[in-house]
Amino acid sequence: MKLAIRGGRLVDPASGHDAAADLFIADGRIAGIGGAPEGFVAEREIDARDLVVAPGLVDLCARMREPGAEGALKREMRAALAGGVTGIVCPPDTDPPLDEPGLVRMLRQRSREAAGARLYPLGALTAGLGGEVLAEIETLAEAGCVAFMQTRSLPHDNGVLLQILRYARTFDLAVWLRPVEDTLASDGVAGAGAVAGRLGLPAVSPLAETVALHTIFEMQRATGARVHLCRLSSAAGVELLRAAKREGLPVTADVGVHHVHLTDFDIGDFDSDFRLDPPLRAQRDREAILAGLADGTIDAICSDHAPVAEEDKLLPFGEAAPGATALETLLPLVLKWGAEAKLPLGATLARITSAPARILNEPTGRLAVGAKADIAIFDPQAPWIVGRDELVSRGGSTPFTGYELVGRAMMTLVGGDLRFERKPGSASTPR
Amino acid sequence: MRTEFGRNPQLNRNGELHHLLSIEGLPRAIIERILDTADGFIASASREVKNVPLLRGRSVFNLFFENSTRTRTTFEIAARRLSADVFNLDIARSSAAKGESLLDTINNLTAMQADMFIVRHAAGGAPHLIARHVAPHVHVINAGDGRHAHPTQGLLDMYTIRHYKRDFSSLTVAIVGDILHSRVARSDMHALAALGVPEIRAVGPLTLLPEGLDTMGVRVFTKLDEGIRGADVIIMLRLQNERMRGALLPSAQEYFRNYGLTPERLQLAKPDAIVMHPGPMNRGVEIDSRVADGTQSVILPQVTFGIAVRMAALSIAASSQRMQ
Repeated sequence: MKLAIRGGRLVDPASGHDAAADLFIADGRIAGIGGAPEGFVAEREIDARDLVVAPGLVDLCARMREPGAEGALKREMRAALAGGVTGIVCPPDTDPPLDEPGLVRMLRQRSREAAGARLYPLGALTAGLGGEVLAEIETLAEAGCVAFMQTRSLPHDNGVLLQILRYARTFDLAVWLRPVEDTLASDGVAGAGAVAGRLGLPAVSPLAETVALHTIFEMQRATGARVHLCRLSSAAGVELLRAAKREGLPVTADVGVHHVHLTDFDIGDFDSDFRLDPPLRAQRDREAILAGLADGTIDAICSDHAPVAEEDKLLPFGEAAPGATALETLLPLVLKWGAEAKLPLGATLARITSAPARILNEPTGRLAVGAKADIAIFDPQAPWIVGRDELVSRGGSTPFTGYELVGRAMMTLVGGDLRFERKPGSASTPR
Repeated sequence: MRTEFGRNPQLNRNGELHHLLSIEGLPRAIIERILDTADGFIASASREVKNVPLLRGRSVFNLFFENSTRTRTTFEIAARRLSADVFNLDIARSSAAKGESLLDTINNLTAMQADMFIVRHAAGGAPHLIARHVAPHVHVINAGDGRHAHPTQGLLDMYTIRHYKRDFSSLTVAIVGDILHSRVARSDMHALAALGVPEIRAVGPLTLLPEGLDTMGVRVFTKLDEGIRGADVIIMLRLQNERMRGALLPSAQEYFRNYGLTPERLQLAKPDAIVMHPGPMNRGVEIDSRVADGTQSVILPQVTFGIAVRMAALSIAASSQRMQ
């Protein structure tokens, strides 16, 4: 299928391009920018006037709940497309955890059948994510895992962590870690501070993050392993990361989009929609995250998408399942952040396109002739009100219910295939 | 459906008390009205008029997801003296054990014409969740949720203090013990602040003090002698045995050596200081028997006042108009 996308504002964070230009697609790849290649005859013309044409979003963490909840992947893939997301990194905290090559192959097969976004599976670092026995990570890499993750916290045993990093370094595989020292996080459900103290909620101290970061950095110094830090949450953590990068450690980091906008104060009267993992922290932590994004200490923003069944949220705060649906709110929330930080659109979109692609070391998240045509076409001005009925995702719980957000994906292409098109006047129209 | 956020979840649009979920956010006028109303019930009790018909024909359900025979009984007595029909549900053995969700339980009981739920739950915020989902005519009274709040205990503590001290505006009140895990301490702090107590102190080891006390207007002391010096009111908190199993405290003996209220230590407080305790007491752990049974102890009157204060809270909430 040959496509011509005409009249849109082409924004490519990787090259810094930001100007109106036509874009031409052939054989699943970008065939021309500005001018059509010789002899190009479009089979379909897309009118993108008043719209932004950008690389499809690359989300460093979105849970598809498969294996585990069969059928969920198809639905959440459609949610991704409706959010302009064309690349999804899914963590291995599935049921069972993604620790066997057969599971990875099955997941990739289902993903192909779903014809949604591109799937980048993360393998489990340890068998069953138990934190004790190293998983067959080289074999898992062969089966298609892009990197390896320990999902909840660091392994309890520092000796295990050290060997993991040595082994991963052997094969130059990237290790993704949640910087959480479990023994200091224990049963906490809210960030430590005045709000948790007032509500009497068991709290997670920022020490859980800083102690973990010290451990990780010290072991990186010893092993040289590449580490990506998932979901930084505290001011002290951002400061440690800044120093580690200055030192030259091979480390990158992301932050969940909710932590860019919200604080523990938003929990209000125990609103379970604000029960997230990591927990929301204080305003000074949010300010540090904003500063870390501004100076590049934090590389990327991810949705941390976690579809949670309604009944699992209709519980007292501490008993409610953590997480929120976010694939469809990622783009407008990042646009909101960029506008508030007074950033140009390209620099804003870099955090959800080129930067995560660089972390994955994958040739995606950019608009260049010859690149795969993974493209989001969005209306940067479109206002919409977040609500269950507006979302494709099966998990309807989000802290932003009732908020008016601005910016919405109108068309999403994966490998040149137009997989999502929002019909005028309808909320969300998966193909 | 959930109620909109951003407004006080316990008050209706007329500003009347509809649910009693926490003392935080309660206007001083409502707190004082509850205390004044309780005064009337105390007077009638001394004339041995045990029943008033304020809740006649109303169904009050005691929903105790966490066991507490004492507290449940005081609520039951209060509701019966108001002439309500009282039902005690043994949640642990019935619906919760069958896997029925909290809100399903509430919906079923509402269908049985419940007018009021008195809720105790191990998780903070459970009464808020229920209050957001009940029918507009139903009232929810928090009888203790997690570490968060125990508003009727806070109110009866205020009643007790007012009874003995008359005026809040010049008092020093020390709350001693396991503040971190105490819903009573949190409710007391909010109530004392709302009533204008100038000096509120929290006293305990750093392992039992939560963060953010300063933002609640509370002065923190780690030494008992300094914390109770010059105090008008000392509120001793119960120390749960389970706190001694981890690394919070080494032993009951060491705790008593440092934080146990003895007659010698009590002399550091004002000569007319009163000693309170929400009960049940651990004698020899947080409080010496000579203090618990001494002339400055008002622990038993607290229990008596508790009935009247709960009658007041229940009747005032029940007299409010529907939540819109």
